[in-house]
Amino acid sequence: MNLDPYLPLAIVLSSALPGVLIFLLGEDSYRLRTALNMFGALLKIVLVGWMIWGVFHGHVYESRLTLMPGLELVLSADALSVLFVALSTVLWLVTTIYAIGYLEHSPNRSRFFGFFSLCVSATVGIALAGNLMTFVVFYEILTLATYPLVAHRGTPDADHGAKVYLAYTMSGGVLLFVGAVWLQTLVGQLAFTQGGLLGAAPEALHGQFIVIFFLLLAGLGVKAALVPLHGWLPQAMIAPAPVSALLHAVAVVKAGAFGIVRVVYDVYGVEFAHDLGLLTVLGVLAATTIIYGSIKALSQDGLKKRLAYSTVSQVSYIALGASVLGPIATIGGLVHLVHQGIMKITLFFCAGNYAETLGVHRVSEMNGVGRRMPWTTLAFTVGALGMIGIPPVAGFVTKWYLGLGAASAGAYWVIGVLLVSSLLNAAYFLPILYRAWFRPPPEHWPKEPVLSKRLETAPSLLWPPVVTALLAVIAGLLAAAPFSPLEWATLIAEREYGR
Amino acid sequence: MLDPLALAVALPLLGALLVTMLPGWSRTLGMLTALATTGVALWLTVTVWSGEGLRSDLGGWGVPLGIGLRADGLAAALVAMANLVALAISINATGYFGAAESSRKFWPLWLLLWTALNGLFLAADLFNLYVMLELLGLSAAALGALTGTREAAEANLRYLLVGLLGSMTYLLGVALLYTAYGVLDLELVAEALTPGPVAWSALALMIGGLLLKSALFPLHFWLPPAHANAPAPVSAALSALVVKAAVYLVLRLWLDLFDGIATLPAAMLLGLLGAGAVLWGSWRALRAERLKLLAAYSTVAQIGYLFLFLPLLTAAPDGDTRERLLTALVLLALTHGFAKAGFFLAAGLVQKSTGHDRIRELGGAAQSLPAATFTIGLAGVALIGLPPSGTFFAKWVLVGQAIALGQWWWALVAMAGTLLAAAYVFRVLARAFNREPTPKCFLTDPRTEIPALLLAALSALAVGLAAQPIAVLLGAGV
Amino acid sequence: MSHEILLTQLLYGGAGILFFLLGVWSFISHEPLWRKLIALNIMGAGVFHVLVAVAYRGLDAPPDPVPHALVLTGIVVAVSATALALAFGRRLDREAPEHTSDAHGGVDDREDGTHA
Repeated sequence: MNLDPYLPLAIVLSSALPGVLIFLLGEDSYRLRTALNMFGALLKIVLVGWMIWGVFHGHVYESRLTLMPGLELVLSADALSVLFVALSTVLWLVTTIYAIGYLEHSPNRSRFFGFFSLCVSATVGIALAGNLMTFVVFYEILTLATYPLVAHRGTPDADHGAKVYLAYTMSGGVLLFVGAVWLQTLVGQLAFTQGGLLGAAPEALHGQFIVIFFLLLAGLGVKAALVPLHGWLPQAMIAPAPVSALLHAVAVVKAGAFGIVRVVYDVYGVEFAHDLGLLTVLGVLAATTIIYGSIKALSQDGLKKRLAYSTVSQVSYIALGASVLGPIATIGGLVHLVHQGIMKITLFFCAGNYAETLGVHRVSEMNGVGRRMPWTTLAFTVGALGMIGIPPVAGFVTKWYLGLGAASAGAYWVIGVLLVSSLLNAAYFLPILYRAWFRPPPEHWPKEPVLSKRLETAPSLLWPPVVTALLAVIAGLLAAAPFSPLEWATLIAEREYGR
Repeated sequence: MLDPLALAVALPLLGALLVTMLPGWSRTLGMLTALATTGVALWLTVTVWSGEGLRSDLGGWGVPLGIGLRADGLAAALVAMANLVALAISINATGYFGAAESSRKFWPLWLLLWTALNGLFLAADLFNLYVMLELLGLSAAALGALTGTREAAEANLRYLLVGLLGSMTYLLGVALLYTAYGVLDLELVAEALTPGPVAWSALALMIGGLLLKSALFPLHFWLPPAHANAPAPVSAALSALVVKAAVYLVLRLWLDLFDGIATLPAAMLLGLLGAGAVLWGSWRALRAERLKLLAAYSTVAQIGYLFLFLPLLTAAPDGDTRERLLTALVLLALTHGFAKAGFFLAAGLVQKSTGHDRIRELGGAAQSLPAATFTIGLAGVALIGLPPSGTFFAKWVLVGQAIALGQWWWALVAMAGTLLAAAYVFRVLARAFNREPTPKCFLTDPRTEIPALLLAALSALAVGLAAQPIAVLLGAGV
Repeated sequence: MSHEILLTQLLYGGAGILFFLLGVWSFISHEPLWRKLIALNIMGAGVFHVLVAVAYRGLDAPPDPVPHALVLTGIVVAVSATALALAFGRRLDREAPEHTSDAHGGVDDREDGTHA
């Protein structure tokens, strides 16, 4: 029996089904819940590994469900989807371990982990979506699955943050929906196609294509936190740390950025988008977001808030890469999809560790944390240096390719944006590092529960950031190795530009 | 010989008689009848699905005096939905009413209502449709007043009177048609009908009367108090099924009888009223202070969506486009049926456990009844039109065709309705996140919770993905 | 013969429609329950009138049985509907004896249904 058509579906279900079962569990079934969580996460890794191997060897994986003529749900694997699937699957495993430790004694864990699993299922669905309708379906499911996570704590602040999140994403969702439907009435089924599928359409439709692009961009830009649609992201900071990791690195903002990449490359086609003048708009938006996010980050004292604005800024590198015509910039943008994920998740794990172990929530309270929690702070340092773009951490590779791509496309202003933003990154990260390592610690931390006798904090909180920090270094050091994010992004870029 | 058409109507009628005669056994007999009727209904649907249109004349009396029944794809789809929902409501009712006195009053009326529903979906001539419509209205009004409160009696008296006004108007239209053509059988009338003053007057009277019964804005005023004051299982039936039966009849007449007679301006007018319903109903749902009232106003809005399809269906060329629109319309109707029934049953659970259903004070209840909250959440997904519910795909087609046929304003209405629905659904769901103690287990009263949960899950997860079989069913037996 | 039949049908049928319209007007313009009920019954009578008129085929020919059957069924339905409405009315009377029965046609108009 040929199992290939079921593989993409199985990858989505490998977390969705455990998620549904977890909902039904009683609150006290700690072991069973953990087992289900880990089973789903590991099974997904195995399945994704199988898929990577297959896609590399030219296998075609496609699950298809016809609803009506012209209305099909398609899950399929191409090089781009595999990149995103691999990222979210690996980071999900790490995040799950972290979340199990983080939420050990908090209420409503069944509800939390149920939605947590649905969230990653939706993300994987987004990654594997084979046409625009399927993408919209999973994009909306993602909204739905993240809302309860943001609202999880049940405080008035959480309620407010969740409402803001919902208002932004629902409105964006409606615009995306209209754009996708409209486009479908013009050109029929919208299967994602390498090189784009609109270029051959009659010129009379170009005006509508431009309007539709703005609709789609508005819908995707909300999740990708493009200025001025970013307002929900700092508000959603109220959620527990694993959720922040999920929002910022694994799922939500990534889904938006990934969607922009899909629309530019596989719906419009990057050259066609360039001809319509859409890339310029995207580039200006992305550049504005990068600078604006960095400037806002400078003045935040809340650690998670500072990181949130840093995300606003960093995610737009992906869109920036997509907005510059030419394969090198494309590589830079795509690879940042992975690099930003690994580095930002590290930073959020560390922020969570400081909060849980020492009760430290603000930058101004971070004096000397490096002495009390060296491993966590080391991981934090790696992430921060990577964000600034210092070799050998992965972030350097991104900026290098973006700059090189911009130079070869003649878009020198992009290099300017990169320089300014790197300076700003340094300006808001280096003071934290200085405080953490070189300032004397206070006599008492705000709180100091004993989480571990031998380690600086509970093991399930410590290992995830250490592992992801290590990954960030490896992704930078071994960027030229086969199956590295960079190599994979190069493969995608070659296919998109038809070389 | 066993005939699913006859059995689908006769079984619940027989059950109604039995439970009236043996009130002590009403729960057992009622449940047996419910199971048997649902079985027959599914058998009927499968038969139609496999390609046979069904038609039978009871007792061998043919046209014009006999009672004819028939089932095509549209009827079969609605029969399947209505009977599944009715079965779930029955199971829920055994728990909701328990062995109380009201249980004995519930079952005869409920089975009578079920008879009328199946009869209405399956009737083959205009006059039988009238009789079933009246039977439906009477049993629904009586059921709605079961709580015995003054508000319920007032609301249902109004419901009854409005219903009578509607059905009398419908009957006058039927009389006009009989005067002009001398036939009542749907197919024969459709063949004979020619555009002209008689056909237009009959159209206006019949559709007008039915609009009153289907609570299309601005004729919806009777619905919210009647649906919000009934016992929860009854509210579920009223909102999910009874109103939909009237809409089904509008659709049946519009498509089968008045196709080619109904003009685009007339369809536009109905679409406009539908748009009014979507916006006004959703807005009132957003402002509602009680959960059941919110659900009732949401029904007003959802009925509006169904009418948005009429101008598109009338403007669409025959063939693919039309079939797609019809599939989407039915998808929406079925999804709403399951979702709204689930929503009301869950609202009933909340009301039972807290003693009220004021949304502002729901916090603790929502946290301690995870199954009910999940039901409301899943049903909410379907009401908003989020994927993978049927509503999502129906709206996809609706918006697409509105743009393609140059009637883009319906797309704006549908999207505004979506946002409003999201606002009113999450207004409720947001209460489920608070600092109240964590519930120990998911289910607290399985007999009432599971049917509601299954209905909501069907609406949110199954109906939409089953669009293709539904389309096949709609194309069958024409 | 057809001329005579047509005239009769028109006369009775027209009267029926007139009844119907009177009924509608009365239903809409009067609040009390019993007046609404009478109005509905007059509407019904109007429709039945039309149907009976249709059945007429001349003095020497048997009438069309179909409309007769319809009218009979219709009367049964109308009677049961009236009975149910009256039962509702009685219940409202019993529960609020201080009101006169006239008040009960006007059912609560607050759409939010929030009562004490």
